[in-house]
Amino acid sequence: MALDKNTVDQIATLARLSVDADDNAAYQDELGQILALVDQLDAAATGDVAPLAHPLELTARLRADEVSETDQRDAFQATAPAVASGYYLVPKVID
Amino acid sequence: MYLNTLVAQARALAAGEISSTELTRLHLDRCQQLDSRLNAIITLSAETALAQAEAADARRAAGQAGPLTGIPLLHKDIFCTQGVRTSCGSRMLDNFVAPYDATVVRRLQDAGMVMLGKTNMDEFAMGSSNETSYYGPVTNPWRAQTVPGGSSGGSAAAVAARLAAAATGTDTGGSIRQPAALCGITGIKPTYGRVSRYGMIAFASSLDQAGPMTRTAEDAALLLSAMSGFDPLDSTSIERDSEDYSAQLGDSLEGLTLGLPKEFFGAGLHPDVAAAIETAAAELEKLGARLKEITLPNSSLGIPAYYVVAPAEASSNLARFDGVRYGYRCADPADLQDLYCRSRSEGFGREVKRRIMIGTYALSSGYYDAYYLKAQQVRRLIRDDFQRAFEAVDVILGPTTPAPAFGLNEKTADPVSMYLNDIYTVTANLAGLPAMSLPAGFSGELPIGMHLIGNYFSEGRLLNVAHRYQQVTDWHERVPEGCE
Repeated sequence: MALDKNTVDQIATLARLSVDADDNAAYQDELGQILALVDQLDAAATGDVAPLAHPLELTARLRADEVSETDQRDAFQATAPAVASGYYLVPKVID
Repeated sequence: MYLNTLVAQARALAAGEISSTELTRLHLDRCQQLDSRLNAIITLSAETALAQAEAADARRAAGQAGPLTGIPLLHKDIFCTQGVRTSCGSRMLDNFVAPYDATVVRRLQDAGMVMLGKTNMDEFAMGSSNETSYYGPVTNPWRAQTVPGGSSGGSAAAVAARLAAAATGTDTGGSIRQPAALCGITGIKPTYGRVSRYGMIAFASSLDQAGPMTRTAEDAALLLSAMSGFDPLDSTSIERDSEDYSAQLGDSLEGLTLGLPKEFFGAGLHPDVAAAIETAAAELEKLGARLKEITLPNSSLGIPAYYVVAPAEASSNLARFDGVRYGYRCADPADLQDLYCRSRSEGFGREVKRRIMIGTYALSSGYYDAYYLKAQQVRRLIRDDFQRAFEAVDVILGPTTPAPAFGLNEKTADPVSMYLNDIYTVTANLAGLPAMSLPAGFSGELPIGMHLIGNYFSEGRLLNVAHRYQQVTDWHERVPEGCE
């Protein structure tokens, strides 16, 4: 299935990626090829087959509601691009 | 000593023929000498390695050494290592030093192993040739200008070139087995949930599994026993104790039934690969196994289903890279949206962005049923095919890849032809089954891999079949020219 320019722009917005005009044309082509591959799934007779989310059909394990983590803010923030007073810094959002 | 297997190195250490410090220096020197040609290593951590080696020697002197104590290994750069950069092959994490160790790293360190460094890989494990790495492609030690496979291409090339007896890898659609095949080494992807994913940077969470990459099945068994087992820190870890995989290696193959899926021997298979796998099957027959043709009718849907499930999960997992908490941040963002969009666009490479885009599309409103739901249904069909096959056979045998290693840049312009490299490997991930690749011949100077797939938790049986095969063949003992 081919994608048009607007669809590529829409996907890029959802994915928070910047795509310029040259890139957009390349993505239309490349994503179109991948979707053509994926469209082979249409031939599968899936009828009322239940989707398989986990290979062993296990569900998430629950744990006791106890404190298990310690405060490691300084260690985690040591890898952040910009922090101050324990906060992550980003461009101003609210005027 | 660097030509020795892991088991032989363990024996030499135990006998006092060499210390861990000497062994580690030997391997660090070798990495420095040979890696300019291979580019298999992103970060060499010599200082840490020598400190760990010294500690291993002290542990041995105190009489507390285990079988792996003092042996050097390399970790794929997808595993978080406290204090040593973890890049995941991406510009996004070029400056990232994890504040904690992955469980795999921790377990092997607790066993006394020495980390030499971190291996090159396709960016965020997305690739089948190691060409998507921000740190440049890896060269296949068997032939220049040839890819090692991917995404664990650095680990495979390093083990093949004897930079280390062992390396860790991860496998989402074939990323341990395909490079193992292309580089002529042994690699196993365990049952989904067998090895903890904690601290292993997530690509597609319902498919990702870690495993060892070594020269022999005997080495892989030793390493897998130490890596696997329940981990409360990974919510998908299976509550099942680790096993001693070495114990079953010598078991007889009498009475074993090997299934050869007819779908794995059809059009598109290189004649040298087909011939090598048929010869290997005959060799296993001589060891007592019975061969049986089987069918896995939905195999051809594996790649299409994978290219929905894996990118969908990747688009969600990689949403965490936002330029705020860690990783790359663009210069002078105009506003918050610009910070997100430009940090991600500049930090991620082309293949990663392609997969995020495909995944985002597949999960977007109005398309979920047509893509993700459909792919998850097909996933069940594929799993049911395997379960039917395992009613009649014990282990499935086939080629790991359709052809031997291909040339650098040969497939980069055509993503779909690159994806088809994993045609035989992805179905084991979709079904969550254990599977491995081991050397089974050559096409010219390039290695050929044999693929074994087992039922859930049958890693011991797979390693047993591989070990018995390696006792009567010497493909795994061949050394690439210039690496002797």
